[in-house]
Amino acid sequence: MRAFLAALLILPAFAFAAEGGYRLDHSQHNPNDLVSLQAGARTFVNYCLNCHGAQFMRYNRLHDIGLTEVQIRDNLMFAADKVGETMRVSLSAKDGKEWFGVPPPDLSVVARSRGADWLYTYLRTFYRDPKTAHGWNNAVFPNAAMPHVLWTLQGERGLEVVEHKDNAGHVSLEYKWTQISPGAQNTVQYDATVRDLVNFLVYVGEPAAQSRKHIGIWVLLALTILFVLSYALKKAYWKDVH
Amino acid sequence: MSGRLMTLWNWFDSRMPSIASEWRKHAAEYYAPKNFNFWYYFGSLAMLVLAIQIITGIFLTMHYKPDATLAFGSVEYIMRDVWGGWIIRYIHSTGASAFFIVVYLHMFRGLLYGSYKRPRELVWIFGVLIYLTLMGEAFFGYLLPWGQMSYWGAQVIVNLFGTIPLVGPDLALWIRGDYVVGDATLNRFFALHVIAFPLVLLGLVVTHILALHDVGSNNPDGVEIKKHKDPATGHPVDGIPFHPYYTVKDLVGAIVFLAIFCTILFFTPEMGGYFLEYNNFIPADPLKTPPHIAPVWYFTPYYTILRAVPPLFNSQFPGVLAMGIATMILFFLPWLDRSPVKSIRYRGTLYKSALTVFVVSFLVLGYLGTEPTTVWGQFGFDAFFLDTKDVATWVGRLCSVLYFLFFLLMPWYTARDRCQPEPDRVTM
Repeated sequence: MRAFLAALLILPAFAFAAEGGYRLDHSQHNPNDLVSLQAGARTFVNYCLNCHGAQFMRYNRLHDIGLTEVQIRDNLMFAADKVGETMRVSLSAKDGKEWFGVPPPDLSVVARSRGADWLYTYLRTFYRDPKTAHGWNNAVFPNAAMPHVLWTLQGERGLEVVEHKDNAGHVSLEYKWTQISPGAQNTVQYDATVRDLVNFLVYVGEPAAQSRKHIGIWVLLALTILFVLSYALKKAYWKDVH
Repeated sequence: MSGRLMTLWNWFDSRMPSIASEWRKHAAEYYAPKNFNFWYYFGSLAMLVLAIQIITGIFLTMHYKPDATLAFGSVEYIMRDVWGGWIIRYIHSTGASAFFIVVYLHMFRGLLYGSYKRPRELVWIFGVLIYLTLMGEAFFGYLLPWGQMSYWGAQVIVNLFGTIPLVGPDLALWIRGDYVVGDATLNRFFALHVIAFPLVLLGLVVTHILALHDVGSNNPDGVEIKKHKDPATGHPVDGIPFHPYYTVKDLVGAIVFLAIFCTILFFTPEMGGYFLEYNNFIPADPLKTPPHIAPVWYFTPYYTILRAVPPLFNSQFPGVLAMGIATMILFFLPWLDRSPVKSIRYRGTLYKSALTVFVVSFLVLGYLGTEPTTVWGQFGFDAFFLDTKDVATWVGRLCSVLYFLFFLLMPWYTARDRCQPEPDRVTM
């Protein structure tokens, strides 16, 4: 038990050294852009929702992003019968582990644990790597268990990492990307597709986020009025205290 | 009051006069010094946060499931499907951090104005007990969302008890109720968080206030207002009734506090990962240790002290002991301080410098606890005494020593300090 505790205390130091690699791009998603959110929902159900679920997200909640129940049923519900169901997949955790090494994680709150920038960069930095089991690797998440699911859109890319040493001995890495075969989308289009998907995942992470901010403004306004009133009350009572 | 209400009140009052007499004793005729400043808001704010936590906590327990397979999902269910659930949950999670901010500032007020000094030693001791209970309450509560940080944070902290010689491993097993943190642990932590500790906390708060009202409040000048009483009324001339004067003043403070509280709650409830840690949105996985386990910010000063102490005979117990002493030493503060004056306004340079060094050390300790020990890089040279080359560990050690020296040297520097004479009466 003591050794275990010691290991726990030392572990953070080691793991941090391994991090810090690829610089994350800013996702620049707009949570108020309903068109982007709807496009992201389409990408999500078509590409992600075969292996990854969002088991805490109900289909009918998508009226938040401007969709009617009929639209949801006709366009997004491939894996469920009732619009009140949550976004589950039929892939079992056992099969997932057998096929990928780890069961594909649920994506309900992935944007809250990973962050939008991480997801945006991760989904855009897959490259061909013959050394892995499925032939893909990732610059942000080395040896990721997931192959490049969006490869038909982005095409196949190659990556060469060049190490540079400056006079002081600091090592910096240069990432040289090459396009091996074209995808259905060019870089600008693909970045937009991923941005929409990330936007949707951020929404799924906290569906109440937008209404939270709207309510917040009213609450602060109310508190401001209360402050003025209470301050006047205090002044009136304290007139005779010298 | 209208005639009928008055009749009802009289009926009530003749049967239970203690309601009116307690109200007079603790509010309408409790004479508080008239010169309270900014630092005196945090006592009533702490009570406000306690009330907020209890009320939101009641609603959370209506939907939360203390079950290892359901807990994480039930929190998300509260966040999504329970009407108004997200707001209740965020109030509670923001409230946890707000509680510590308010309590730390309240304790700092005590250090500024010597509020722990004679005759208020018991007020201080009950206060420290509240602080320690609050730490337990927060620790138990943090396991409940059953995320990765909940799980591994609990694992690490319970293991701290495991380092105690002889009884440690059995004690840790007894606390967990299992060989690892698991369903049994979650269930008992839930019970402790929602029943046991809140009851203790409420009892201690009542005792803290009773003890305060027996001796009367201190003030920024640190002089006793009871020395000068109006011969006609017998009330302190520098005192004003708590109600209505301080109820209306604290109302203003409460509204300003709520404005800050709501700004965080509605616009940045995670507070950049300090109030809600990002890794806690990953469900607990007993097989996957997260790369960087950091406790929530309010524990981090003590966590740094724990990490700063080097292991002895391959045991982390010295660090655990240091952490324990760091909190227990607070109890002795009233007897460590030998200054003839209470308030910082009339203390000399020695105490002022010591307090500044203490506050800076405490903040640095707090910051370092949120970061890996490699955060400030490593020393570029080798030396025989360097058991670790991490700069942050050495800064943590320095600040830990300064933390303890503030208390241990206090009898010396407070006795030697060149104090100014206290005024006879309070100044506005």
